[in-house]
Amino acid sequence: MATRSLVVVGNGMAPGRALERLFEAAPDAFKVTIFNAEPRVNYDRIMLSPVLAGEKGFEDIVIHDDAWYAERGVTLHKGRKVVAIDRAAKTVTAEDGTTAAYDELIIATGSQPFMLPVPGQTLPGVVAYRDLDDVEAMLAAARKGGKAVVIGGGLLGLEAAAGLKAQGMDVVVLHLMPHLMERQLDQAAGYLLERAIAARGITVHCKANTHELLGVDRVTGVRLDDGTIYEADIVVMAVGVRPNADLARKAGLDVNRGVLVDDRMRTSDPSIFALGECVEHRGAVYGLVAPLYEMAKVVAAQLTGDASAAYRGSVTATKLKVTGCDLYSAGDFADGPGREEIVLRDPAAGVYKRLVLKDDVIIGAVLYGDTADGPWFFDMIRQKTDVSAMRQTLIFGQSYQGGASLDPMAAVAALPDEAEICGCNGVCKGTISSIITAKGLTGLEEVRAHTKASASCGSCTGLVEQVIRLALGDAYNPAAVQPMCGCTELGHDDVRRLIRAKSLKSIPAVMQELGWKTSCGCAKCRPALNYYLVCDWPGEYEDDNQSRFVNERVHANIQKDGTFSVVPRMWGGLTSAKELRAIADVVDKFAIPTVKVTGGQRIDLLGVQKQDLPAVWADLNAAGMISGAAYAKGLRTVKTCVGSDWCRFGTQDSTGLGVKLEKFMWGSWTPAKLKMGVSGCPRNCAEATCKDIGVICVDSGYEIHFGGAAGLDIKGTEVLGHARSEAEAIEIIAALTQLYREEGRYLERIYKWAKRVGAPHIRAAVVDDREKRRSLFERFVVSQKTAQVDPWAERVAGKDAHEFKPLESIRFIQAAE
Amino acid sequence: MNTIVTGWLEVAAVEDIPVRGSRVLRSPAGDIALFRAADGVVFALYDKCPHGGGPLSQGIVHGHSVTCPLHNWVICLKSGEAQGADRGCTPNVPVRVENGRVLVRAASLVGQAA
Ligand code: SRM
Ligand SMILES: Cc1cc2nc3c(=O)[nH]c(=O)nc-3n(C[C@H](O)[C@H](O)[C@H](O)COP(=O)(O)OP(=O)(O)OC[C@H]3O[C@@H](n4cnc5c(N)ncnc54)[C@H](O)[C@@H]3O)c2cc1C
Ligand code: SF4
Ligand code: FES
Repeated sequence: MATRSLVVVGNGMAPGRALERLFEAAPDAFKVTIFNAEPRVNYDRIMLSPVLAGEKGFEDIVIHDDAWYAERGVTLHKGRKVVAIDRAAKTVTAEDGTTAAYDELIIATGSQPFMLPVPGQTLPGVVAYRDLDDVEAMLAAARKGGKAVVIGGGLLGLEAAAGLKAQGMDVVVLHLMPHLMERQLDQAAGYLLERAIAARGITVHCKANTHELLGVDRVTGVRLDDGTIYEADIVVMAVGVRPNADLARKAGLDVNRGVLVDDRMRTSDPSIFALGECVEHRGAVYGLVAPLYEMAKVVAAQLTGDASAAYRGSVTATKLKVTGCDLYSAGDFADGPGREEIVLRDPAAGVYKRLVLKDDVIIGAVLYGDTADGPWFFDMIRQKTDVSAMRQTLIFGQSYQGGASLDPMAAVAALPDEAEICGCNGVCKGTISSIITAKGLTGLEEVRAHTKASASCGSCTGLVEQVIRLALGDAYNPAAVQPMCGCTELGHDDVRRLIRAKSLKSIPAVMQELGWKTSCGCAKCRPALNYYLVCDWPGEYEDDNQSRFVNERVHANIQKDGTFSVVPRMWGGLTSAKELRAIADVVDKFAIPTVKVTGGQRIDLLGVQKQDLPAVWADLNAAGMISGAAYAKGLRTVKTCVGSDWCRFGTQDSTGLGVKLEKFMWGSWTPAKLKMGVSGCPRNCAEATCKDIGVICVDSGYEIHFGGAAGLDIKGTEVLGHARSEAEAIEIIAALTQLYREEGRYLERIYKWAKRVGAPHIRAAVVDDREKRRSLFERFVVSQKTAQVDPWAERVAGKDAHEFKPLESIRFIQAAE
Repeated sequence: MNTIVTGWLEVAAVEDIPVRGSRVLRSPAGDIALFRAADGVVFALYDKCPHGGGPLSQGIVHGHSVTCPLHNWVICLKSGEAQGADRGCTPNVPVRVENGRVLVRAASLVGQAA
């Protein structure tokens, strides 16, 4: 059992990684408490730009969700900023007075964005670019359209500019220096980059010295020293960061630019580690994740008693994450004595490469336009490879050395095992290859899960795939995900994400924007897209009937001879003399050949001619019956047992709850069919434990189950949670259904979805997190408002009449040719 | 409709057929499925899948193909050939569109017994 307590101040990417390592090595060594000034879990800060650009949602970039902390017994104080460390008492205190005692403390307070000290700096509408709140402020501004000014033309500024532009704003980038990213690029490369940025419709103004920010209640513009004024609805300051070392300074720790640490990552107080961007180590301060992850490894090792673990500083490499601008830089570029340059320019191709050498060793590399050789150069920088023998051809890249072919596979094959493939996570080639063999991995997702390679910024995905290919040969299909179908390279999850991110609201819009390879899709993608749009834009999207499988198009099940079956709803399996009489009459009137009781507690009328369907439905409607949706990827049946009304063992009104659920949930479309069951006691006569969602009534309330199946696969359910009242049970079930509707891939039953995303994720969202449950429930309610229209009644009233009426028959014909 | 005709027989208006959909024409030669593709081109095939006789008129129309509702064979609307790895062919029915009317060749509608 955990005896020692570890307190972490700051919950950014660096401590997140340290905790992962710690829990892997010694799951029970510490009782961990985290204080985070941001009111949220740990997320991938470097992916904020895709969130801003609308390519990802916040959910996609969460690294550790609530369930992760819960499973490890970690106390996470969200939105609580630590204001004091009492080193003598070994406690920390947050703004709201919460305190925690530590045996070991980690300070990981990150950086603070630097705000230009100009008039107007504090006006509303002036934001930094550091956390999700900043992104949300930018997105809120972008929703209103208008103009954005980004101050700072470095990596962050350009990513912010590209994101705001993608959101439809007019964007100006103001940059103090003569060309963009002057720390990484020379003038020529800066020009190429400026041209690429301008080509996306972003105005770049270099040598722009900000004089003041204009506005009274809110920022309205920016005035430069030369008098130029740019109007602005939002101003983003991305002029640099500085280590956030105030807390450490106040606590009396040694601080220079950052919190000073030794190679063991300890501060001047041996019980206190510091980690991440707030740190200064051997005179260096870092602003990229790769070195922080190396530090994290050392902190975790130190905490688990490995006194020899040491951090010795890092060389860093970075990529600009603006789609379409390929830029890679690594190492050190500053001019200095004894340094030489090799530069290659191909203006027509928009390619620029620059290497900085010292004593026949590469110390810096900048690649623009063609970044394929980045990792190769980076590896030589880190290995301090003597390049004198290949100086003449060095700049042409690896494929020119030793007459090797230009095949990118050959290039990856030639990399040594120590070559780093994933910069963010410091994973080298040998680690990936050996884990593939050792664990029998077969795909990118698995490699990501086991090594974290390509799991952060993702820019090395192509390389990782080549390493997998080398290990597995042609058996590996490098498509990162299984495409939805032959019409696209995108997988279901990407398509869903992009539908939301880009507000795509029709099938043609999806196909156009996401580059479908066929003109109008196929029988696999069209029904899937139709479902995704129905689910994501309730009330707004107009269902595309021609993209539905015949059963859902005509609201009856097609049979092998082309006739149809009709299954009316019998709420919770209950029926009445009136309903039975109407069914009997319909059977006689239309000479329906077969009447069968289904496995779902209702009655199936089989062998109805298509053109008779509306008339059959009209008679059933008249007796109060509606479609049972026995054909739908949607709510089918809610099986019940007799429960406490009659049964001597019944604990609750299982029949009543089943009826309520069916009345509340009928009509909803889901990724695959959805069947439920409610049993009145654990004897489980309604077979609730092999349904997609099941309820077992017990004396204390309702045990809610999910993820069962009894068709192609047989699988018992798992318990989701316990509800005390019917209302609570219904809320949990609707929230679960909504989560499944939003995350499930088309045709994926609940049990498969649950296996893919994990039961803890589902439980956290629909049981533990009340707020999330409530908002899922509310979204379900909203979508039900337009979903509960009986399709039979609509067609009886004339909708889609052409479906049921053949064209005029030609009974007799004599061709005189 | 009992008719004696030569050549082409007008059977429907183009608008009677939903875009990316189909309507069925009953004839002495059996049911004929008239399709209207997304680009407006009209096709006609006997309404029988070469696999197991499934009603192609009930399938999903995509490009110039239809996916059979029974076991998902994909059939080319123009030639009636099964696509991909599947082998088989549904006879097609010559069809023309003139002034918004759909015409099929009368001889194709003559039943076995006629
Ligand atoms: C009518 C019925 C059989 C019966 O006579 O009892 C039936 C009939 C069909 N089932 Fe079923 N299933 C029927 C209950 C079940 C049950 C039992 C239950 O629901 O309690 C199961 C196992 C439980 C489960 O779903 O896990 C069941 C598992 C399947 C499966 C396997 C699904 C799976 O994911 O493993 C299929 C195939 C599919 O959906 O792709 C299937 C598919 C079908 C289809 C839709 C086949 C098809 O595509 O044409 C049949 C439609 C016949 C029709 O026109 O009505 N049916 N089917 C039952 C209708 C229930 C209802 O009232 O709506
Ligand atoms: C938009 C953007 C894009 C980026 N892109 C890249 C990239 O492509 N590649 C790359 O390598 N790096 C990139 N970075 C940099 C990278 O994100 C950082 O290096 C990394 O996140 C720093 O991690 P950290 O844990 O040190 O600090 P942070 O992630 O900054 O976390 C510090 C946390 O501590 C909290 N905190 C601060 N003070 C207190 C206190 N007193 N009490 C409690 N909590 C406190 C803060 O609220 C914050 O949540 C990017 C950064 C940004 C903002
Ligand atoms: S569930 Fe329990 S109470 Fe209900 S019928 Fe079955 S045995 Fe009886
Ligand atoms: S009958 Fe058409 S695919 Fe089987």
